[in-house]
Amino acid sequence: MPTYRELLAQLRSEIEEVDAVRARDLLAADEPPLLVDVRELDEWAEGRIPRAIHVPRGFLESRIEQAAPDKSQPIVLYCAGGNRSAFAAKSLEDLGYENVVSLAGGYTDWKRNGFDTELPRSLDTEKRARYSRHLLIPEVGEEGQLKLLDSRVLLLGAGGLGSPAALYLAAAGVGRLGIVDDDKVDASNLQRQVLHSTARLGEWKAESARRTLQELNPDVDVVPYRERISSENVERILADGWDVIVDGTDNFPTRYLINDASVWHGIPLVHGSIYRFEGQLTVFDTKAGGPCYRCLFPLPPPPELAPSCAEGGVLGVLPGIVGSLQASEALKLALGIGESLAGRLLLFDALVTEFSEVKLKKDPACPVCGEHPTITEYVDYVEFCAGRPAHA
Amino acid sequence: MLREEVGGAREVPAQGANVRELLDDLMSQFPSLRAQLVREDEIAPFVNVYVEGEDVRTLEGLDTPVREGQTVILLPAMAGG
Repeated sequence: MPTYRELLAQLRSEIEEVDAVRARDLLAADEPPLLVDVRELDEWAEGRIPRAIHVPRGFLESRIEQAAPDKSQPIVLYCAGGNRSAFAAKSLEDLGYENVVSLAGGYTDWKRNGFDTELPRSLDTEKRARYSRHLLIPEVGEEGQLKLLDSRVLLLGAGGLGSPAALYLAAAGVGRLGIVDDDKVDASNLQRQVLHSTARLGEWKAESARRTLQELNPDVDVVPYRERISSENVERILADGWDVIVDGTDNFPTRYLINDASVWHGIPLVHGSIYRFEGQLTVFDTKAGGPCYRCLFPLPPPPELAPSCAEGGVLGVLPGIVGSLQASEALKLALGIGESLAGRLLLFDALVTEFSEVKLKKDPACPVCGEHPTITEYVDYVEFCAGRPAHA
Repeated sequence: MLREEVGGAREVPAQGANVRELLDDLMSQFPSLRAQLVREDEIAPFVNVYVEGEDVRTLEGLDTPVREGQTVILLPAMAGG
């Protein structure tokens, strides 16, 4: 039986190797080969050759076909010293790959030559454990999770919609969550606002939200804004820097205000609204050429035709469903994956459990996002509702 | 919100060759709908009408034709959160 040394020597005569200089030339070409790093995770985390993908030796056979479906595609493999990549090259040849070379001397030699390496951030052990179910998804992975940890999402409202949205965004590891709410926790909230609890009755919702979210995920920086969005503070709050806004407000004036702000700032806005058993959901992303709220409803209804949950009632779980969908849209926007609901208005009827949708087109005559905008300053619509003070 | 005016029904059959006629038929069945739907003889700006998923404002407005079996959605704006 051959020893390891003998096996390795035998292998190296069967596969093709390149030295660091040759590898660098190959990788600098117009159509470079696929570069695969077969080292272990901790080695990869400490630095790698730029543009390499990571397929550890242990997962090579099972994952290589997804990374390189075309078996004639040129591939360069490397490890730390050139031995593991030699074994890997043989494996790939056995799998039918036609154009595989191994980097003799490996990453060590590459570095000794003074060639470029990259040391991107990677997740520590705790984060790898916490987000492991994300890391397993190809569309997310470590890169996606790092993106989420860098993302900043502003949530308007820590109520029915805001509760599930905030919970799921925090769980996902969105790095910063802003929570705007000037209300206090009330008993009638607890039928649906799962961010809060009986123990928190009378507390500020933004603070209550912060405590719940921080306990769920200490990685998240939760920024409470104990105020109501209006023309007076919207610019200040937005100036803190947000990638996505989630609208979980409960009144028309604020919805129009935040819409206009999101258009002018080019920040996508995830819209959700509910009433009794029904919900509406979409994404307003004018920066990507989509419609805005005013393309959908140019003007708010008069107060007497605009019942709030307090007046109409709502099935407790309904905002749970719609708010969770809002979180889903926000995550996709933060990750830059999939398709958002921009251009589509999703309708949900819980009574018959039916999803339907209607098309939402950008209106060229829209007063805010159209070709000739007529609204160029914030409007504070005045809303009089039974038992609610007017905000002028 | 509109369901209250039609006795809680989700779907209501109505007749008409176009959206205008359809809504007239609907409002003759349920007169209290008019206050919710109509503003100065036009559909209120906070209620949208969709024929097979398309906003009639992007089609022919109230003159948009409707065929038998098509679904017309009356969608009021909602603000609850």
